[in-house]
Amino acid sequence: LEGPLVRGEDAMIRVTRKIEFSAAHFYHNPSFSEAENQRVFGKCANKHGHGHNYTLEVTVAGEPDPATGMVLDLKELKDILQREVGDRMDHRHLNFEVPELAGQIPTCENIAAAIWKLLEPKITRGTLDRVRLYESPDLFADCTAAESNGGRG
Amino acid sequence: VTKSLKLSLTRRYRFAASHRLHRPEFSEAENVRVYGKCSNPHGHGHNYEVEVTVSGPVDPATGMIANLGDLDPFVQRQVVEPFDYKYLNEEIAEFAENVPTAENICREIYRRLKSFPAARVERVRVEETSKNSFEFDANATETS
Repeated sequence: LEGPLVRGEDAMIRVTRKIEFSAAHFYHNPSFSEAENQRVFGKCANKHGHGHNYTLEVTVAGEPDPATGMVLDLKELKDILQREVGDRMDHRHLNFEVPELAGQIPTCENIAAAIWKLLEPKITRGTLDRVRLYESPDLFADCTAAESNGGRG
Repeated sequence: VTKSLKLSLTRRYRFAASHRLHRPEFSEAENVRVYGKCSNPHGHGHNYEVEVTVSGPVDPATGMIANLGDLDPFVQRQVVEPFDYKYLNEEIAEFAENVPTAENICREIYRRLKSFPAARVERVRVEETSKNSFEFDANATETS
């Protein structure tokens, strides 16, 4: 192989780290009647709550540091995910115990957006590119910055 | 400062169907050359997995881009019921003339879903087997 490694804008790499957490939630809008809650949210409206094993995939984009070959230290990213998401949400009830979700219906979309807001200021090497939150293997929400920088759909 | 965020929701569906890759305009030899064993006249089948991605504003009243109570029956009616346990070449009108490759299945699924009223269908991803997948991205397509 000849020539130097690609550097500059073309050298952007996406790094993804995964964590899992388990949490309880239910869907209820206090401004809806009981019948309306039932109609809109179906069995998710059960006030005793239910739970999921969530899988979170967090993608950070950036140019690898020439000295280390890394966009960021994955151990550091793992610690950030544990601190910001795992410690806040694992084995918690999302309706009652997570201030970042207060007043919101804890859907996949809203949880993904809340996680984005928690993580974005903490990522100091590279930039947060995507938060993907699986509620089950058949359902996930993606949160990205509105101004797309890499043409990602 | 939080930049404005873009959210999408992706749901996975499944159907099993048979197909055959074959073009009547091609000679037999040409069909075999182009499509290989996929051209076997008796057809063959796959367990297809389909990811449907919708995007749009999150309704603050529900916390949702689209209610699965609306999306699931729509996809069921438009795609899963007509495709599941069918021979695509003969039982789906659009594949009478278009070869039912996974690429064309992606496009056909998008065509059947794009009128979903509650949110914008942004992407259709089809896994034909666990080893290959195909994506139709409405953002990258003029016909979106």
